[in-house]
Parts: sequence; C-alpha cells; structure tokens
Amino acid sequence: MSLMTEITIFVLAVFVGFEVISKVPTTLHTPLMSQTNAIHGIVMLGGLIVLGFADDGLEYVIGTIAVAFGAINIVGGFMVTDRMLGMFSKKPKPKAEADGKGGGA
Amino acid sequence: MNSVLAVFEPGGDAATALYIVAFSLFIVGIKQGTHPTTAKRGNLVAAGGMAVAVVTTLLLDGMGNWGLIALGLGVGTAVGVIASIRVQMTEMPQMVALYNGVGGGAVALIAWSEIRHGISLGEEIPLDELIPILFAGVVGSISFWGSNIAFAKLQDLIPTRPLAVPGQQVINAVLLIGIVAACVSIAVGNDDPSQITFVAILIAAGVLGNLVVLPIGGADMPVVISLLNAFTGLSAAAAGFALDNVALIVAGTLVGSSGTILTMEMATAMNRSVANVLFAGFGGASGGGGGGSTEERPHVSIGAQDAAIKLAYADTVVIVPGYGLAVAQAQHAIKEVADELEKRGITVNYAIHPVAGRMPGHMNVLLAEADVAYENLREMEEINPEMARTDVAVVVGANDVTNPAAKNDPDSPIAGMPIIEVSEAQQVIVIKRSLSPGFAGIDNDLFYEPNTSMLFADAKQAAADIAAEIQNL
Repeated sequence: MSLMTEITIFVLAVFVGFEVISKVPTTLHTPLMSQTNAIHGIVMLGGLIVLGFADDGLEYVIGTIAVAFGAINIVGGFMVTDRMLGMFSKKPKPKAEADGKGGGA
Repeated sequence: MNSVLAVFEPGGDAATALYIVAFSLFIVGIKQGTHPTTAKRGNLVAAGGMAVAVVTTLLLDGMGNWGLIALGLGVGTAVGVIASIRVQMTEMPQMVALYNGVGGGAVALIAWSEIRHGISLGEEIPLDELIPILFAGVVGSISFWGSNIAFAKLQDLIPTRPLAVPGQQVINAVLLIGIVAACVSIAVGNDDPSQITFVAILIAAGVLGNLVVLPIGGADMPVVISLLNAFTGLSAAAAGFALDNVALIVAGTLVGSSGTILTMEMATAMNRSVANVLFAGFGGASGGGGGGSTEERPHVSIGAQDAAIKLAYADTVVIVPGYGLAVAQAQHAIKEVADELEKRGITVNYAIHPVAGRMPGHMNVLLAEADVAYENLREMEEINPEMARTDVAVVVGANDVTNPAAKNDPDSPIAGMPIIEVSEAQQVIVIKRSLSPGFAGIDNDLFYEPNTSMLFADAKQAAADIAAEIQNL
C-alpha cells in the first residue's frame, strides 16, 4: 500500500468514526467506551505479526508480552461490555416482549 | 524489503479482503452500540469482526514462533476472562482504564520491536515507517502509564485528590519538547537510529503520562479514560501505518475519532472542556477559597427511624444515587426501600445525573443490576422541574452533583456544572458517611440548609435500616 492510499483510508476512517457516534444516550456512554476500547485491542494483530516474525531473544519477550496485552484488551474488553449491556437487556420484561412482537428485526 | 512488513506481502489480497470484512463489522458494531436496543448485538458483531481479524493474521504465510504466540494468547485470554467475570459493576471504570492501558502498552512494545528489527537489518528505515513508529511509541507509552494512574486512582491505590508538583506545567512542557527533539533526532538519523534513544523516549513518555494524569481529580477521571482510549486508538492506527496493516489503520482510527466525540460528549455533560480537565486540576488550591469557614457550620443529623417516618408519610420521593451508593453496594438495599414505599402508594423515582457514579451511564448499569425498572430512572433535565413538587429527596452517596454552589456561587470550582436541584424539594435526606467533601474537594452547602437532614451511615446499612423501619411503621 502506498503512503497516500494509507492516508486516504485514515482520513475517511476519521470521518466514519465521527459520523457513527453522534447522539449517544448517556446511558450507553460507558458501554460504548468499553466497546471501542475492546476494538483498539486490534493492536494484538501487530503483536502477532511482530512475534510471528521475530528472531532474537528480546523480540521474543517483547512480542509475547505485546500479544498477551492485546489479548487482555480484546477478550476483557468485549466480555466486560457484554456484561454491562446484559444488565440492561435482562430487566424490562414487558418491553422486551413488545419489541419482539413489533420489531422482529 | 527492509522490515517486517515486506514479509507481510504473502498475505496479499485474500488477507486484505478479510481485514475489510473485519473493520466493516467494527463500524456496524459501533453504530449499533449507540442505540439501546441494538447495543448488545453490536458488541457481538464487533467481537466477531475481531475474531475474523485475528484468525486471518494467524494464518498469514511465514508466521512462526507458535509456542510463544500460544503462550501470549493463552495468558492474555485467561487474564481477560477471569478479570471480566470477577470485576464488580462498581469497578467497571477502572477495569476499562486497565484494558485501555494494556492496549497502549502493546502498541509501545510493538513500536520498540519494530525499531529493533529495523536496526538489526542495518539499513535505513524509511520515514513513512519510522515516523508512525515514533508516534506509536510515544502515544502508546503515555496511554499505558496514564491509564495505570487512572486505574490506581479509581481503585484508591493512590489518593484521588489532584496531586500536583510545583511547576508541573513547565516540567510537562520540557518533557514534551525533549521527547519531540529526541524523535526528530532519530528521524534525521534514520540510516542508523539509536535504540537507546528510542527506549529513553518511551520512558520519558511514560513519565509524561504519569505527570499529566496525577494532577487530575477523581471526578474528571472518566473524561481522562475516554481521552486515553481515543489516544490508544490513534497509536494503534500509527502502528498500522508502520506495519502496512489496513485493519489496524481503520480500527485504530475509528476508535480515535469516535473516542474523541465520546470524550467531548462526556465533558459537555459535566460542563467542562477537555482542555480544562487536563490543565486545571479540580479543587486543589482554588477549592479552599470558595468555601470560607467550613468546619463549624450547623447541620441536622437524624437516624434511620426519623428518615423512615419522613419517607413513609411522603407522596412523592426522589432518590438521587451517587458513587457512594456504588461503593457501598447499596443499590439492592435502596431498591428495597423503594419497594416498601411503593407498597404504600408512594411514587418513587430515581434522578440520574449524567455523570453519577464514576462514568456517564455508570449509575444506570448499577441500578439495572438491582432490577430497578428502566422507566423509573429519570434524567436530570427531566426531574429538575419536578423537584419543587417532591416531598422528600433522598441523596445516597452523591455529593458534588447536588451542590447548590454550582448554581449560586460563581467563584466555586464547580460553578456552572449542571446539578440535580434537590434543595428545591420540601425535605432532603442525605445519606453519607461524613460531612467530608466529594471528588471536587469542596464543601457542599446543601448539607447545611434548614430543610436538609443528614443520616451519617454506610449507604447499604442505612438503606437496610430504613427499609426495616418502614415495615415496622
């Protein structure tokens, strides 16, 4: 990929990020922050690549720690977000039924 | 052909196509995460995207060191699973801080590894790779250490009070200039970059991360965590530039920009600007001046029985929960009080300040955990006009968000912050362990108003006592 292609992708992604997030109810601020937090766990791919192609002692150590850190970020992040959101969906029983009948989707 | 990325080529179109699938799922997942009905699904969609991205990467041609990869994945997954099952809902904010920190740490380590690799090849590292590496290293390290401090503050490992060294701003500025200068020196000498200089940059950035977050008070911590979250995203995108990895670029950038918007929304909810949060420690020196003579002011203190009587003979009751409720795990006990009151035909609502708890939305999670019906949770703007018609407002472990000084005293450090106007209610009961100030570090005028009664107790115990007393009436 050329640098300019990468910068194009970067700029477009900036705007997608801005657009996608408008008007979040306060209730969802914490779960959403937690979910985006899990998504930047994507750095684990970098760790995997670095470690997968590493060939000296210190790089093994650095790469393994980076992969472990990234895995904590991903697994912990998504699980904790799921727990938080589970708190909401569990409760409003009458509402959930109504949604199920009405929406379907 | 001069670093790890050249080896990435075998991945080619197939890998890139799968990465596109992955980041599309991230975008859909974040989008769904902004609506209450789709949020849970959105999180699963994003997690699915992550699974696609990880599996794709593991299948890249030429990958090796499988033992170490398994070790890293295994340890990280185990820690992540155990931590997120064990964590209490009240500790959620610091958990997010910690996860954010390890993400930043991973970025910094990847940057270090990349620069080592470049040096070991003995060739010039092209600037379009070196500059992102430097950026990733610096921001990743700031994020790692800053998040750790945020975690330590929220976990009460270090005082939540603003901790400032004299001349803090100057020290920070000097550090930042030094870091930038060192980065420039590495970039200029990119035919033979110094690894020692790079490690020094990582350390200096770490110190800067510490110094920036230490002076920030507990009340502002959610904004800081959200900001660091956005920073980590950007540093991940920078790592993507260095590694020529489109998944990292898009996902990191998405988090960077969406995280920035979220941070601004949170700051707005507290009527603070992000710059204000970062550069003006809450409370601190200016806080003392606002209160005047604070120690000797008269207040009314009552017991659980009096509180029960006041509540039982009310028609409308508004409960204002705050972080103290969360700390005391009192949400279930408070629900019992509300149930008892509702049995007597009393209308009970919960007034939720946008930043109640330690993060926006945190209190909603805690009350949902206690099975409080969604319709009874009322937002601040909605409930404030009804306050004057409320018989009893019960403030449970909340402090700064009820302080009338925010409205009445233009010199107060929290002047202008939106508050729940409990002092408008006919009577106010404040359940709190002492008269001590909240996170903002300032005295609360509410405690000394004539219609306010203080019930000094642990929130959970007090709520249990009140519920029992109401039953006995």
